[in-house]
Amino acid sequence: MFKRSDQDSRPSVHIVVDGAAVAAREGDTVSAALLASGRDVRRATAVSGAPRLPYCMMGVCFDCLVTIDGVGNRQGCLVPVAEGMQIEIQKGKREIGR
Amino acid sequence: MNTTPRRDSYDVVVIGAGPAGLAAAATAAEAGLSALLLDENAGPGGQVWRAIASTPVTERGHLGADYWAGTELVEAVRSSGAEIIQRATVWSLDRNLEIGISLGGASCFVKARRVILATGALERPFPIPGWTLPGVMTAGAAQTMLKSSGLVPDRPTVIAGQGPLLWLLAAQILRLGGRIDRILDTTERRNYLAALPHAFAFMTSPYFAKGLALMKQVRAKVPVVTGVSELAAVGDGQLATVTYLSAGRRETIPAELLLLHQGVVPNVNLAMATGIEHRWDDLQLCWSPVLDRDGNTSVEGIAIAGDGAGIGGAEAAIVRGRIAARAAVEALAPAAAARLAPMASFNAALVRAERGRIFLDTLFRPAPQFRIPSDDTIVCRCEEVSAKDILDAVAIGATGPNQLKAYRRTGMGPCQGRLCGLTVTELMAQARGKSPQEIGYYRLRAPVKPITLAELAAVPKTEADVNAVVRG
Repeated sequence: MFKRSDQDSRPSVHIVVDGAAVAAREGDTVSAALLASGRDVRRATAVSGAPRLPYCMMGVCFDCLVTIDGVGNRQGCLVPVAEGMQIEIQKGKREIGR
Repeated sequence: MNTTPRRDSYDVVVIGAGPAGLAAAATAAEAGLSALLLDENAGPGGQVWRAIASTPVTERGHLGADYWAGTELVEAVRSSGAEIIQRATVWSLDRNLEIGISLGGASCFVKARRVILATGALERPFPIPGWTLPGVMTAGAAQTMLKSSGLVPDRPTVIAGQGPLLWLLAAQILRLGGRIDRILDTTERRNYLAALPHAFAFMTSPYFAKGLALMKQVRAKVPVVTGVSELAAVGDGQLATVTYLSAGRRETIPAELLLLHQGVVPNVNLAMATGIEHRWDDLQLCWSPVLDRDGNTSVEGIAIAGDGAGIGGAEAAIVRGRIAARAAVEALAPAAAARLAPMASFNAALVRAERGRIFLDTLFRPAPQFRIPSDDTIVCRCEEVSAKDILDAVAIGATGPNQLKAYRRTGMGPCQGRLCGLTVTELMAQARGKSPQEIGYYRLRAPVKPITLAELAAVPKTEADVNAVVRG
């Protein structure tokens, strides 16, 4: 859906999405890295299980909710990627204890 | 991970590091006040100057001169002595000017003698059929990805809606080599006539020439359909097509990405949760805080500057930030205020910056059918409540947005009404034959962003705090 600009010379950052290695760039938010990855990164809503992707990318819509390093319901659009970050696409509501 | 505030209290705390917040923090700190600037993003700039200190889009003409104009203000704040904390989520502000801040999963509180809210704007909800489908995003979302990560659409893409941002985004996507298949302009034809009396002021504002140049650039490369009066996103679990009606003709085009935009509205959640009085604005069709000339709100010690005070754009936001900060300096350190530029010069600058705004507000007034949906169209994205659900609740007695929560949970999901509040107010007002002012808005409360109970429980407690709740 999105491609990176040729001007982008930022260093790579390696994250893990549902067990698979994904190359992001330094300064990407988790949501931007997921959308740029080309993978199916649709979450499922807590209410009906409907598939969603980020809508606003600025911290207000909460359609980017994702599990980051074992913590659920994080706003992926507000969290910058970090080397080795473990991302899980959240299907449904946050689980108790994570 | 994040730095915590160095002090327990500050003369001035500014919330939001966009144009207004940067200007306010710089002005207050340069006058010698202790100033703390809190911002939720990874870097300063707000939305208009997003990622200004880190963008990978280094070809300066691609983002444009108005973007790079922010550099000067960011430098001014950094050298002003103001303390800046990024990735700080302010979740509470009360009448005692105590501010609850979440930083890297832990919360702390600071006190302020003056608070300047510069929480800016968010994009107006655009509740069309299918707007929750993956592949439907706001124009602002695409612009955020473009600025902060150099990402542009490369699959079949449609941009729909109206307003200056839409044309700026389209031009930026094209400059970066991105793909746009069609632009669907939803500006109502009757708006052109209504805006005409205000055209002279607009033609003599700086926006006029810039706007025309952008539209020309875009129209040279992308087919533009005007007078679009119906719009729907269609797909099974993923956007597949966009259907629209223009001049009596219905068309369907394939699309993997649909970018929606029909203007911006004040981001009122923190201000409303603080108890600041707001009124319905019949021109801008949104809630705006009731303010005096200096931006002071109904709550003593709290001012609002920037688009959160009513949409005025970046240039007006800078001036309003300076006005609010100067008023704070006058109140806290009158001797220092004498060394600042006089208020009259700021007020004159504000008049200049706001020139042409009424024209834009009138021309780009969103059409009723794009603000007030019907049938199965989702209104509340979080709780997945449709327009019909809401009208059914009205039919059995729901009187306003607050009561509707008990019927349908609208506004009770994580976004706390940010994406449905205006729609719910206007939908219920129409259904009940009342004005939006009479219908009102959700009663908002802290925490204005979700935080965990564990985070709240871990907040440092004084002995008095503990004694207040211990039994026996």
